[in-house]
Amino acid sequence: MDGFAHQLIAGIATGGIYASVALALVMIYQATHHVNFAQGEMATLSTFIALTMIQAGLPYWVAFFATLVVSFVIGALVERILMRPVQNAPVLTHVGVFIGMLLIISNATGWIFGHTTKAFPTPFQSDGLLFGGLVSAHELGSTAVTLAVLILVYLFFAHTSLGLAMRAAAYNPRSARLVGIRVGWMLALGWGLAAAIGSVAGMMVAPAVFLDPNMMLGILLYAFAGALLGGIDNPSGAVIGGFMVGVLENLAGAYVVGTELKLTVALVIIIGVLVVRPSGLFGRVVFSRV
Amino acid sequence: MTTRRTLLIASGATLAAPNIAPAQEAPGVTANEIRIGSTNSLSGPASAYSVISTCLTAMFRRLNEEGGVAGRRINFIVYDDAYSPPRTLEQTRRLVEQDRVAFTFNQLGTPTNNAVHRYMNQRRVPHLFLATGADKWANPREFPWTIGWQPSYRVEAQIYAKHVLETRPNARIALLHQNDDFGRDYLNGVRDVLGPRFDSMVRVATNEATDPTVDSQIVQLQASGADVLICGVIPRFAAQAIRRVHDIGWRPMMFMTNVSVSVGAVMEPAGKERGVGLITSDYRKDQSDPAWANDAGMNEWRGFMQRFVPNGDLNDNNFTYGYGVGTTMIQVLKQCGNDFSRENIMRQAANIAPMDIATLLPGVKVQTQPNNFNVIRQMQLQRWNGTGWERFGNVIEGANI
Repeated sequence: MDGFAHQLIAGIATGGIYASVALALVMIYQATHHVNFAQGEMATLSTFIALTMIQAGLPYWVAFFATLVVSFVIGALVERILMRPVQNAPVLTHVGVFIGMLLIISNATGWIFGHTTKAFPTPFQSDGLLFGGLVSAHELGSTAVTLAVLILVYLFFAHTSLGLAMRAAAYNPRSARLVGIRVGWMLALGWGLAAAIGSVAGMMVAPAVFLDPNMMLGILLYAFAGALLGGIDNPSGAVIGGFMVGVLENLAGAYVVGTELKLTVALVIIIGVLVVRPSGLFGRVVFSRV
Repeated sequence: MTTRRTLLIASGATLAAPNIAPAQEAPGVTANEIRIGSTNSLSGPASAYSVISTCLTAMFRRLNEEGGVAGRRINFIVYDDAYSPPRTLEQTRRLVEQDRVAFTFNQLGTPTNNAVHRYMNQRRVPHLFLATGADKWANPREFPWTIGWQPSYRVEAQIYAKHVLETRPNARIALLHQNDDFGRDYLNGVRDVLGPRFDSMVRVATNEATDPTVDSQIVQLQASGADVLICGVIPRFAAQAIRRVHDIGWRPMMFMTNVSVSVGAVMEPAGKERGVGLITSDYRKDQSDPAWANDAGMNEWRGFMQRFVPNGDLNDNNFTYGYGVGTTMIQVLKQCGNDFSRENIMRQAANIAPMDIATLLPGVKVQTQPNNFNVIRQMQLQRWNGTGWERFGNVIEGANI
């Protein structure tokens, strides 16, 4: 029973990692109706920037918020410089740009910061584990941060006019433009916000998994699965999906099929869900009249 | 008259010609030169290893200054493959088919050597003393033209298992290994030693290189009640495992692959105090260890570095590695006498009588037999004391299988 509790908590902790990255994926999808494959690499780059600031002597939280701003600017610049020229191109062109960015950012990060594994500090310090050795302070703290970001995203999209304008720009650019929304800037804003959320995810993930240029490569796959499971157009669905993937994967690995097949089982369950509910567990079913 | 048949016969004769050439006119060998090829990652992600080529080139320069081998100078040709297997194949074909080297020596990397493994054996070109720790290079029955050098991961795991049996005969062993060729070498090594007892003594968990953490596996292995933990994982997961094992209050006798024990990349990120008691192994003398400050072998190496690689970083242990593998190669060339045919080079590489090497630990021998291509099969254990690695116990030899 003790082992079960351990596995469950460990699953929730890794699920929190997936959830925070899934949230960034949902953000960019809400704002642009694209899934950015380079999201993880952009987050890794942001995390390295944060580490550089911390090593230069800035206090953690100053570096944290400075990284948010820098990441926002990088995200917005990527939209302005790279995505703007191809905005009317077919979707395959966008996929090409995303994959190109993934490779370029990943290699550039390795070239600038080196490939050595590095420790990343956490603001939630504790000696050993809490609650009878079940969970670390960092795991609790980062889960709280993920939930806080989720609430902010929800409030932003549901209760601010800027959020409404962004949703309109993504959903129906032409009508949005007709009612006076500056669609181009809304897209840049969406990219910036997604990059900022990604950087939060990176800074919360790095203390747990250690920082290197390929840190997000595997995580992005699981996060993507979590986002699809919960519904890619629903922030809270994506977060719940992320947690579910983490827990399912751990319990299946420990009790059902062994560690070798745990990833397979988690993905099979997800495919099963998507066959029955293509828009995800919590996704909105969209009808369009033709 | 030129018919298709005469053309065919003529081209057939050209193709067959190298095979019937007498030994004195062996490929890559002339009256005053022996051509040797190599590939290394002079650029790209693994370029830290390029200093091995620098070291070997300098060793052959020293050999040439001393008069070469059997009156012949060594011409050592190194091409860059950027650690990319397709480029390794391309550059190796260039070495074998255009430069007509006698053999290749110390090509770098597991995936890269995989790409040319079959090619070298089909063309019957010696593929000697590779710079990789995979176990598959010690397979003289199926691949008689390929041979590694450093102790394989499998030998390393055998040594850990032997130490466990010696100190805790009733141990319950937990094994965490990566689910790929590298990690499975550890599974095989432990199985070699335990044999039929493996299933009752060992609980195995695996991880994928793409997993974010190994926390779940550690928790699962602890729950099995094991008091020994052997890990065959890359540095990031090594740091995670050391931290997690410490934080959940598990205190097993813990072994870590010597791939993942770098102070900067593993022990410091994991927390130096968390790793106290961790065990790993080595076969080289660590040049920073004061025990070797006045060691004859290490002084020989330092003298060589001073004269032939004056700009080399004396703290980089790729240079002690290079010096060891270079010494082995020169020994094989000297054993060849005046017959540098590929067959004889391979025969000599497979018949090295146990020899000491300046930069290897006392008691660790370089040796080969025609049916055993594990060139180095002994290592000494070392333990983390919170600030550095301390050697302990005798040199242990891998299992005889």
